[in-house]
Amino acid sequence: MEKKLPTIEIIEKYCKGCHICVEFCPTKVLEMQGFVASVKNLEACIKCMQCELRCPDFAIKVTA
Amino acid sequence: MAFDYEKYIRPGKLPHIWCPGCGHGIVMKGLIRAIDTVGLKKENTAIVSGIGCASRLPGYMDCCTLHTAHGRAAAFATGVKMAKPEMDVILVGGDGDGTAIGGNHFIHACRRNIDMTYIILNNKIYGMTGGQFSPATPTGAKASTTPYGNPDAAFDIAKLAIGAGATFVARGTAFHANQIDKLIAEAIQHKGFSVVEILDDCPTTYGRRNKFKSVIEMMNHLKEIAVPVKAAEKMSPEQLQGKVLTGVLYKEERPEYTDEYAKVIERAKGAK
Repeated sequence: MEKKLPTIEIIEKYCKGCHICVEFCPTKVLEMQGFVASVKNLEACIKCMQCELRCPDFAIKVTA
Repeated sequence: MAFDYEKYIRPGKLPHIWCPGCGHGIVMKGLIRAIDTVGLKKENTAIVSGIGCASRLPGYMDCCTLHTAHGRAAAFATGVKMAKPEMDVILVGGDGDGTAIGGNHFIHACRRNIDMTYIILNNKIYGMTGGQFSPATPTGAKASTTPYGNPDAAFDIAKLAIGAGATFVARGTAFHANQIDKLIAEAIQHKGFSVVEILDDCPTTYGRRNKFKSVIEMMNHLKEIAVPVKAAEKMSPEQLQGKVLTGVLYKEERPEYTDEYAKVIERAKGAK
């Protein structure tokens, strides 16, 4: 059975590149692309919502 | 499911002015979740602040908001609460605004036990004005006005609030983002003056001067120093050296000011 993947929306206009989401993601789904965060490995996402919870800039939305 | 923060944010106000990695945004999210959990109505909620980085927070919130003079948030909020006791009043401010410039207002609001919630975002420095030391700057820490280390002892804001007579005192950190909304929600529901101190990071003016290499290092530092109240009961004083307690630190029931003042009005009406 195929695993249902969540969608991680990153609002680039809001992201200030503080690295918090990248560092605190337990499965290393996110990475920095220049000054903004981006999704590197969506397959690994366990929907823990840590990135959404910790982003100080309201830039990440995870929809499971 | 993603939480809809934008429901409580004024349209077009984001991105906010806080620096990359500043924890104020995390606390604002916690406040929004708390408002949503408790079920406060936007039109019946007043968010009041003074001056400073943290005091910019009400500007983003789609509630009744008041941005007042430096340190005077408690004074203006008392006015709001006295005029409209049915309103839910939340104060937001930093350590400098709340305990230095507004120190007197803060302790007397605690003593008066008026039904409000004061959220103090303690980033240990005056961030907005260029990193001067505040009453919460730890001994030995460097600031723009203490380049050789701060000789003063820092205020323990939670203990100050307890000593001054606040009836609900809690402490959280920007690292423990999940706990912030629970503490604030409990504080809002408490009848009386509630103080929630949130230990925050200021990577721009505090971190750079005090050998924190990154935002992540500052966040991990908050994680290391925080000890939950229950865990601290089993620890020795030596183990608690350099740690700060988090969670609900103090709670009591005491007559609330607007109720007491209504009784005064009744007595005055009856007097000949």
